[in-house]
Amino acid sequence: MEKMTLQVNDLCTSFFTDKGEIKAVNHVSFDVPKRSIIGIVGESGCGKSMTARSVMRLLKYPGKIVSGSIAIEDKELTALTEAEMSNVRGEEISMIFQEPMTSLNPVMKVGKQVQEVVLLHRKVTKQEAKKEVIRIFEKVGISEPEKRYECYPHELSGGLRQRVMIAMAMICRPKLLIADEPTTALDVTVEAQILELMKNLRDEIGTSIILISHNLGVVAELCDYVHVMYAGRIVEQAETFELFDNPKHPYTIGLMNAVDSLEKKQGVLDTIPGTVPNLLDLPEGCSFEPRCGKRCEKCVECVPELHEIAPGHLVRCHACGQEV
Amino acid sequence: MLILIGVAMLIFIMLRIIPGNAIVTMMGEHANPEAIVRMTAELGLDQPIHVQFWKYITGVFSGDLGTSYSLNRSVSELIATSFPNTFRLAIFAALFAWTLGIVCGIIAAVKKNGILDHLFMGVSLLGVSVPVFMVAMVLQYLLAYKLQLFPISSGSAGLIGYVLPAIALGWNSAGSISRLTRSTLLEVLQEDYIDTARAKGYKQLPVIMRHALRNAVLPVITMMAVQLSSLLSGAVICETIFSINGIGRLAVQAIDGRDIPLLQGTILFSTALVILGNLVADCLYSLLDPRIRKEV
Amino acid sequence: MEKKNIMDAPVLYDEQNTFRGVMKRLFRENKLAILSLVIIAIFVIGAVFAPWLTPYGYEDIDPINRLSGLSKEHPLGADELGRDVLTRLLYGSRISLLVGIVPTIISMLAGAVLGIVAGYMGGRVDSVIMRLADIMLAFPSMLLAMVIMYTLGDGIINIFLALALVNWASVARIVRAETLKLREAEFVEAARSIGVSNFKIMWRHIMPNCIPSMIVLFTLNIPSAILSESSLSFLGLGIEKPMASWGMMVNIGRQYLYNNPELSLVPSIAIMLIVLAFNFLGDGLRDVLDPHLKKQ
Repeated sequence: MEKMTLQVNDLCTSFFTDKGEIKAVNHVSFDVPKRSIIGIVGESGCGKSMTARSVMRLLKYPGKIVSGSIAIEDKELTALTEAEMSNVRGEEISMIFQEPMTSLNPVMKVGKQVQEVVLLHRKVTKQEAKKEVIRIFEKVGISEPEKRYECYPHELSGGLRQRVMIAMAMICRPKLLIADEPTTALDVTVEAQILELMKNLRDEIGTSIILISHNLGVVAELCDYVHVMYAGRIVEQAETFELFDNPKHPYTIGLMNAVDSLEKKQGVLDTIPGTVPNLLDLPEGCSFEPRCGKRCEKCVECVPELHEIAPGHLVRCHACGQEV
Repeated sequence: MLILIGVAMLIFIMLRIIPGNAIVTMMGEHANPEAIVRMTAELGLDQPIHVQFWKYITGVFSGDLGTSYSLNRSVSELIATSFPNTFRLAIFAALFAWTLGIVCGIIAAVKKNGILDHLFMGVSLLGVSVPVFMVAMVLQYLLAYKLQLFPISSGSAGLIGYVLPAIALGWNSAGSISRLTRSTLLEVLQEDYIDTARAKGYKQLPVIMRHALRNAVLPVITMMAVQLSSLLSGAVICETIFSINGIGRLAVQAIDGRDIPLLQGTILFSTALVILGNLVADCLYSLLDPRIRKEV
Repeated sequence: MEKKNIMDAPVLYDEQNTFRGVMKRLFRENKLAILSLVIIAIFVIGAVFAPWLTPYGYEDIDPINRLSGLSKEHPLGADELGRDVLTRLLYGSRISLLVGIVPTIISMLAGAVLGIVAGYMGGRVDSVIMRLADIMLAFPSMLLAMVIMYTLGDGIINIFLALALVNWASVARIVRAETLKLREAEFVEAARSIGVSNFKIMWRHIMPNCIPSMIVLFTLNIPSAILSESSLSFLGLGIEKPMASWGMMVNIGRQYLYNNPELSLVPSIAIMLIVLAFNFLGDGLRDVLDPHLKKQ
């Protein structure tokens, strides 16, 4: 078996609110092989961003990792102190956020913001760090890097800002990059450029990438493996081609139909009936059961286990089990 | 500038609509009628009000604020001699208030809901609610009279004499600044770019110092400018209690002596200070916030 | 926002903002605010029933016991004429409460009307009103109040006027900002499109939506008015003797600070308590009624 960059095992993350515990991430396990791009797909609120933040240990109060392990190569992240963890961030794992508009500090030159990362993790002079920033600016396709170095975030377009964010994330050549909906706030043409850029950087630097998205098209284009999340759990995982050719879980199928009907411009939009369940009050059985077309009695009673239906293709569904 | 002229006009009119003749109130009920007429003419008060105002405002621009009735000296001169004292008092008070307020605000925000947070916020609410004269008198009684650590009156005591008045004067502002610092800092800490900074590998304290504070301090600067006006208001009381010969005391003297030119001058001058302070705050603001800089 | 019948004057705040709803939430979320209500209630009772609560009148002198310190006959001491401090404190709370409430009501009304008109009409009306407000805000408020008191002379009515004149501008500014936001709201445009008159829009549509923030502003302006009055009285500008006001009592007591600190301390503490109570209440109400106001 090839070496993994990241191994997440049985991760549970909850928010402890006045109204009770919200299980945002519920027994999630996945691996990120070296130099691969894996995708995590799901509706908003399904726990994909929380999974990412758990890996970075950047959960907002009152969120907390309850159990499970997160290991980057052989280092167990959940066991690190806060100070040790901050040495990992930016150096070994880095992250790009959804909103390039608000993710950069508005009162600081963008060049400085990228330079900081170098100064923080490498023993170099400011001059050298600046040179390095300009080099990475060129690499991520920022034209006139010296001029852009002196710009403030509000002077740049959304696409440029996201390039800055990518430069910031990649400048220390991390082992893992987590991109949380990196293109959601961007135009379609810019989106394509940014995705292309990320792919190139993976090939060049060898960083593994976790791409979080609700856009199946983006995932299909970029990822080697895809994990579909629903209500805090992974419901289906497979290699990209396998998943798109042969989706099994009713939720995955529903998602794909919705996209297809959009693309074919049919009169009626195929939607999944109902809404995402309340995480405070999850059904006892399968959380997709209330919205599922293939439900049976068993679905009400207990949560299905993830089981392999084809090599590397796992599904969490009672209805899909018998087909193997 | 326009505001300043408006201010001048307003004071001018207000001081001249006193029921009855200003001269009579000035010279007393039983003054010789002839003397009153002579005095009125001498001061130009027999002329129509707009002529008087024109004379006054042109004088102001050449640095002449008229002559004090009661002290018989040029108002500009009186202000020039007392201003340094007020300035010193206000600067010390501001330094005290701003450092204490911002530091406590940061600590409270970082240790949100901790003991220090509750303690500082309780004390700061007390700070906002305590009248200036109470702080001043308690300090004077305890530290200057009972413990004799500081001089009771500050007039001739040198810099050490300014410690108590500055604390008394800054107390209120320290309270409101620490409350504002805390709330804006908490708000800024929710911003996405704070996550970015932490994702870069910064630890908690550098995140606050490098990324959060500069953004959080912007509204605080606005508040400091607003407080300049209340600082000058409080200075009137502090100067009275600690007998500092400053602008505020001059204004009180002017009222006691029914001295219109002096009152007019001190108020115009303090208002000009407030306006200047606001200007400085605006500049500082745009220096710290590049988004504003571009618009200006 | 839910759809509402545009013919009704829509009010953006929900049913929870009825008086009972607000009190319920206040009670649940903020125990300190309730304590403040109790303190305020005690002061109100003391003020209303002053003649029955004490055997003395506020002018009664008791020369034997002058400056006697705390004693059985005079639980909070007696002043330089032997007047009972507790009695004067009770009568003084009448002045302080009135001074807190009356000018605040006047300035709120004036500020609200001017702010809504300025914000809604825009153009020249707006710039005239707001320039006037700018001028008022440029003054250090204490000095402005001093000038007004000087012009009008002592007396409680004049204090009301002075404080109202000083405070309307900041109210106008806040209400105007709120109005500017509301003016663009859909229900206002809808009302305009069906030909509702400007006056009616301001009165029926904009005013009701400004009320939550005005209530908060009201509770927070009361303590600042009380503080201003006490500062004015402290400087000897204020109500006519021999009426008692807390600020005046502090001022008189100041001359005896070293031997009888209780004379100025007791009324100071009273001022502090009532101001603190109103501030707590205002903070609590703000959290319940209008979370956005927090940012200011």
